[in-house]
Amino acid sequence: MMKKGKIIELKNVHKYYNLGDSVVKAVDGVDVTINHGDFVAIVGPSGSGKSTMMNMVGALDIATKGDIFLDEVNIEHLPESVLAQIRGKKIGFIFQTFNLVPTLTAIENVMLPMMFQRVPYNERRKRAKELLEEIGMGQRLNHLPNELSGGERQRVAICRALANDPEVILADEPTGNLDSKRGEEVVEMLKKFSREGKTIIMVTHDMEKARYADKIYRLKDGKIVNK
Amino acid sequence: MLLDFFRLGMSNLRRRKLRAWLTMIGIFIGIAAVVSLISLGQGLENAITGQFASMGTDVLTVQNAETGFGPPGSTAITKLNEHDLKVIEGVNGVEFALPRYIRTARAEFNKVVQFSTITNVPDTQVEREWIYSSGGLKTEQGRLLKSGDYGKIVVGQSFGANNIFGKEIVVGKKILVEGREFEIVGVLKTSSNFFLNNAILMLDSDLEEVMETGEEMDLIVVKVDNPDDAEAVAERIRKELRNDRNEKIGEEDFSVQTPLDTLKTVSTILTAIQIVVAGIAAISLIVGGVGIANTMFTSVLERRQEIGTMKAVGAKNEDILTVFLIESGLLGLAGGIIGVAIGLGISYTVSVVANIAFGSEIIAFQCPPYLVAFAVAFSFSLGVIFGAIPSYQASRLKPAEALRG
Repeated sequence: MMKKGKIIELKNVHKYYNLGDSVVKAVDGVDVTINHGDFVAIVGPSGSGKSTMMNMVGALDIATKGDIFLDEVNIEHLPESVLAQIRGKKIGFIFQTFNLVPTLTAIENVMLPMMFQRVPYNERRKRAKELLEEIGMGQRLNHLPNELSGGERQRVAICRALANDPEVILADEPTGNLDSKRGEEVVEMLKKFSREGKTIIMVTHDMEKARYADKIYRLKDGKIVNK
Repeated sequence: MLLDFFRLGMSNLRRRKLRAWLTMIGIFIGIAAVVSLISLGQGLENAITGQFASMGTDVLTVQNAETGFGPPGSTAITKLNEHDLKVIEGVNGVEFALPRYIRTARAEFNKVVQFSTITNVPDTQVEREWIYSSGGLKTEQGRLLKSGDYGKIVVGQSFGANNIFGKEIVVGKKILVEGREFEIVGVLKTSSNFFLNNAILMLDSDLEEVMETGEEMDLIVVKVDNPDDAEAVAERIRKELRNDRNEKIGEEDFSVQTPLDTLKTVSTILTAIQIVVAGIAAISLIVGGVGIANTMFTSVLERRQEIGTMKAVGAKNEDILTVFLIESGLLGLAGGIIGVAIGLGISYTVSVVANIAFGSEIIAFQCPPYLVAFAVAFSFSLGVIFGAIPSYQASRLKPAEALRG
């Protein structure tokens, strides 16, 4: 059953950084609504505030001003432990630099988010194995990240993002460290997840990749410049 | 859940660089010192109680004061003599008093000459039996001396075992002591009193003759009627000897030692040694702990992005705290295990060397399981304690900032 309606809503969101006597307005009054199953791309030059915005949507950072609703819940005033819970359950992160834990094998990395949700070991292992096999990494389960190629690492990271079956996947420059072929594969996968009902938000500065999205927001100086 | 964190901690320890391990030398040294101290301390304590238990608690030892005061020659030490023995025997609470000799004598066998300790055994049976029983004397070969065993001796264990004359010494062999021939009737069992292991035992009358002791004696040992009165009897002997010699309190040229005095002296020395080693251990452990803290601070800095990632995938602050505490505990634990191994190695070596040097089982190597368990648990806790601040810092990192690295 695919859910309908809005899942994420940003209302007049600001994020300021105090750098001594100057204030940097990384995000400066953003209003965005994202529905279930949307594939949204956020594009813009570096320093435009797209990663900051992404971090706030992902409950990794708190807005200076404004409200962010995730599934109707305002996440701006929740304690860190609840935010951690939300991140773990509802959101899957994919990073430009993959961010795999270097001492853990591929399968252990995929198991990690489930560990923090107190999923029993055997169940975790089973699901991680299924996810990795599905994505064509069945032969690499017990390899450490430094024994994997960039494309393989990103696939492990994608499995990790899917581990707790989140509703939202946040991908911050997921293709930035990959060659164009591998990059394309990753975006294709995101597109597929979106068709399966997941909400995808992808930050990129690569317009080629952004075209896969249903909707593109252009950010400049912390403001959305197209609507 | 905790098990998962341990697993995570273990896998993180694998990538530790050499420098991280080097900072833990303090833990190795500290734990090794504690372990060897305790395990040797126990062995030593057993050895010492062995030495003195063999003397019994009903024994007083009277001897000359070691040194006299005043210009040389003015205080020629008066040796204890027959008269003193009489005085002591007259003291209330004394069952009997025996002269003891500990001399060095020339012993010859198989044309090899050795200088050995020679000591006496009373001619009379009751006194002799008491010396045997309070000294725990038993033979490995042959028998102990009996009344009328003139011209016969019993030798310590090392005569038999160590082949010091280049030829085996067994019961029935004859040996020259100060030029007189003696027949060996027994070889003693190994004693915890290592003095006995190298001694030749002969009857009073033989010793007096061989060593020409005359009226003088080296020590007088006193058996008291009731061990509980040992202190009081010692005080009475002091008083009588003072009166007899016209000496004032504090100017005695003799001393009366109770078993308690002896134990006190020894335990004071032991305590001093233990305090020094414990001090070294404490300093090392603090240095080691600071090493762990330092390592963990560095680790938190190096792994900011990893911490951010874990938070992004749902780790709560407490989870991060636990992960890092366990990791730092395991770091301490690793140091502790190595320290325990080194410590046991040291105490084993010391006991072996001591036993070779003294020719007996003077210090038994001990490895009490509680000590190992305690050392291991302690080093883990040490890691946790010293890792607390860096772990707390790690747990408080803001996810977005941490992810930026």
